[in-house]
Amino acid sequence: MGIRYNITMDWSGENTLRYSRNLLVEELGERGQERLFGSSVLVVGAGGLGSPALLYLAAAGIGRIGVIDFDRLEITNLNRQVIHPYASLGRWKADSAADTLRAFRPDLAVEAYPRALKAENAVALFRQYDAVVDACDNFPTKYLCNDAAVVARRPLVHAGVLRFGGQLLVVVPGQGPCLRCLIPEIPPRKDAPGCSEAGIVGAAAGIVGAWQAMEAIKLLAGIGPSAKGRLLTVDALAGEATRLAVARDPSCPSCGDRPRIAEPLSPADYLQERSCNA
Amino acid sequence: MEIVLNGETRAVGEGATVSSLLEELSLPPTRVAVERNRVIVRKTEYGATELAAGDRLEIVTFVGGG
Repeated sequence: MGIRYNITMDWSGENTLRYSRNLLVEELGERGQERLFGSSVLVVGAGGLGSPALLYLAAAGIGRIGVIDFDRLEITNLNRQVIHPYASLGRWKADSAADTLRAFRPDLAVEAYPRALKAENAVALFRQYDAVVDACDNFPTKYLCNDAAVVARRPLVHAGVLRFGGQLLVVVPGQGPCLRCLIPEIPPRKDAPGCSEAGIVGAAAGIVGAWQAMEAIKLLAGIGPSAKGRLLTVDALAGEATRLAVARDPSCPSCGDRPRIAEPLSPADYLQERSCNA
Repeated sequence: MEIVLNGETRAVGEGATVSSLLEELSLPPTRVAVERNRVIVRKTEYGATELAAGDRLEIVTFVGGG
């Protein structure tokens, strides 16, 4: 996989101390820490999932983090979107999140994109990062993340949350299944309630978003078995996490042997039907 | 015969397949994944996968919030 380690770790000063508890973890150690420092990740969405994912990625010592989000912060976001201070109400979430990250990690290279991820810009943007975290809040964008990751050949940590839990799937193009292997078409809107309709307990987004950060850290540090090919489902009300083996589908429209979806991605592939009568 | 669908017992006819079950439920096969006894059924095998009494099936969909 094309993970690039292009930033030299500066072990001087306080960094040895800042990351000392990472270094003590045998599987990670100096080698893993240097890889994290030399790697970059793009987080799509600075909301319920993106908030914990961004904070833990920064805390782990990732060298460069991009955050893209086209929304402004609203007061209804604050039960879960813990990266944003109250004073950010009305600001672009991408800018607000970037400011929090800079305050937390003055040495971190942060790139904020206060705009929508689109078929026209996704692949080029994904190519600028080693890995992508799908922390967005709607199916068209989740499927766009999937397809752009497959085309750009970047590992993607997908997740979705609602109410008390959510799902997570790591997509490593060429090495395992993608979202469309499991469900080829974008679910219609009536079958796809979002947090604004069905609600979400913030801590549930915290669990799944932190799990996304964990999977990205493993991918970028090159440690552990990733969750690729395993759909993780977290039900925090029941207190359960289960995993389900998923295989790549050779007829998948995105990552199959003869994919229908290819570069350049078409905006028409990311429109969501309002009814189920297809 | 009876199967367990998403945790609830359901009667299906002899010879029922994953395809016929989805049809009965008005679910397009491209919009869901089907797990049978803890294993995902490949879409190309929906028509050939006959259900057996006691099978545990889950209709899997993605969660869309974030």
